Amino acid sequence: MENPPDTQSTPAGRRNFLGLVTATTAAAGVGACLWPFLQSLAPRDGAAAHLPVDVDVSALPPGQQIVVTWQGRPVFITHRTPEALSALQDAALTGRLRDGQSQAGQQPPYAANWHRSLDPRYGVVVGICTHLGCVPTYRPLPEGQGEGNWPGGYACPCHGSRFDLAGRVFRGAPAPYNLPVPPYSMPSPTLIRLGENPAGQDFDFSSILQL
Amino acid sequence: MNGSGLPENIPPHAEPASGGGVLSWIDRRLPVISAFRKEYVDFPMPRNLNALWNFGAILCAVLVLMLATGIFLAMNYTPTAAGAFMSIEMIERQLPGGWALRAMHVTGASLFMAALYIHLFRGLYYGSYKQPREILWLSGLGLLVMVMVTAFAGYVLPWGQMSYWGADVAGKAVGAVPVIGPTLEHIMEGSDQLGDIFIHRFFVLHFVMAFAIVAIVGLHVAALHVPGPNNPTGKPVNARDTVPFHPYYTTKDLTGLVVFALVFVALAFLWPDLLSEPENYRPANPLHTPADIEPEWYFLPFYGMLQSVPSKFGGLLAAGGSIAILFAVPWLDRSSIRSARSRPLCRAGMAGLVAAFVLMGLVGRHHAEGGWMIVGRIATLYYFSYFLVLLPLCARREMRGTAG
Repeated sequence: MENPPDTQSTPAGRRNFLGLVTATTAAAGVGACLWPFLQSLAPRDGAAAHLPVDVDVSALPPGQQIVVTWQGRPVFITHRTPEALSALQDAALTGRLRDGQSQAGQQPPYAANWHRSLDPRYGVVVGICTHLGCVPTYRPLPEGQGEGNWPGGYACPCHGSRFDLAGRVFRGAPAPYNLPVPPYSMPSPTLIRLGENPAGQDFDFSSILQL
Repeated sequence: MNGSGLPENIPPHAEPASGGGVLSWIDRRLPVISAFRKEYVDFPMPRNLNALWNFGAILCAVLVLMLATGIFLAMNYTPTAAGAFMSIEMIERQLPGGWALRAMHVTGASLFMAALYIHLFRGLYYGSYKQPREILWLSGLGLLVMVMVTAFAGYVLPWGQMSYWGADVAGKAVGAVPVIGPTLEHIMEGSDQLGDIFIHRFFVLHFVMAFAIVAIVGLHVAALHVPGPNNPTGKPVNARDTVPFHPYYTTKDLTGLVVFALVFVALAFLWPDLLSEPENYRPANPLHTPADIEPEWYFLPFYGMLQSVPSKFGGLLAAGGSIAILFAVPWLDRSSIRSARSRPLCRAGMAGLVAAFVLMGLVGRHHAEGGWMIVGRIATLYYFSYFLVLLPLCARREMRGTAG
């Protein structure tokens, strides 16, 4: 062969080993260099991609609602009246709800209560019907009397699903679950920070059952 | 050696590979494999190339890195006056791996220019511009200009204070050209203020130039492979003094790359502030000029030259002329001796040229005032007289020496 004699005298095993070690090191280096490229392509739809949204509700009068955009979705923030709060605790109402106790994982653990929020006065729900994704209409005032009355809440314009003011779905409606509650905290009594859990909580919005 | 009945009179790899297999089937129809073997495996290389010959391969590697990181950064960049700075901050803080991509791109830009200056010096010192390598030299200088335009356009994109005011100063410099200057400036900036149109134009320019550079690099390398590389002695090598490209120069180039990568990583991850200007991490503000505007280090010598000449247009001519004069070097230097190793006078002159270039950079850094102004003028004068007087004269002297 054409090899100079000094390379021929090197044992083939050692030469192959050195070649393998060099190739492995080079492959590891190229891989490490490629990693940030792949990382940057990872879909970013989790909470990490979006900064929290601060909403000041000090100017929101009782009975009114504002809609803010959070992660591209409508979030309903309502200031509930004392009448609405007592309606939410009415046993006759809760009997008509599909999931009155918020058993299904449609909210962070800290909102799995009768008012489905941190502060009973403020309701925070994602305004997307759990049936087929329409945005329900705000109908806060009670209508009618007796058995099938409307205690105030949300009505979906698409297929007639109905929810109470805490976003709990009524029986007999096509929507299967309550409206989702986003992760949020309240740094002050009138400031709602959407997208950031209260201290010590680690709820991930992508873990809810149905959006 | 496949023993596939290759006729004895056909040297291996010179002709399309015969025999079976998909590769040889392709090669007989489109001889890319045998062409690659000819140019990158069996290509005869002078055996005496020193480390300065590593920088061509290093530049190719950095170019690939710049294109790759640039494409991934462009996917996350917003070329608008309102969105550019925020999108860079988003890349740095929120995009997974974005900080690493941007660190590689920023460090890559600086070190690309550094490697390019060394590569250029190598060509100048060893006379690689002389017959028959004039096209190689000219295409390389074309690349230098293209890289400078790309680097400047790229520096505008983050739309920080230095981006904005650098663009402003560059626009004013273009405006200093007599007669057509103001029109030229207006077209370059795209509107009566530096804003969306300007950023969008420079974003497209940055992107298009990057790929144009790849094309010219192809021509540059093709021009190199016709006469083959020069070598430190400058004398033509005979076949006995060559070694095949692979494994000898692939190994040497890779070793050089590893050393270069160490410097790269150290600058990118340990001392990023050596190469970046903190002022550019403030958003562009047309109402407030930073106290100290200066370009990136690789433009400082030209900036120093611009300041040393006591006329707006004259400074622009000097800075532009300092690059333009390099294009004429193959015809200014009539000496038949290539390498400065064998040209004592030229060698001393070249040491002065490097010193003048560095001094002009220092002048740019310290703003041409007082003593620096005088230094800047002397260095500028020396730079031009080296090419226009010293190089032709010492060539004549050498030729008289060899004739006598």
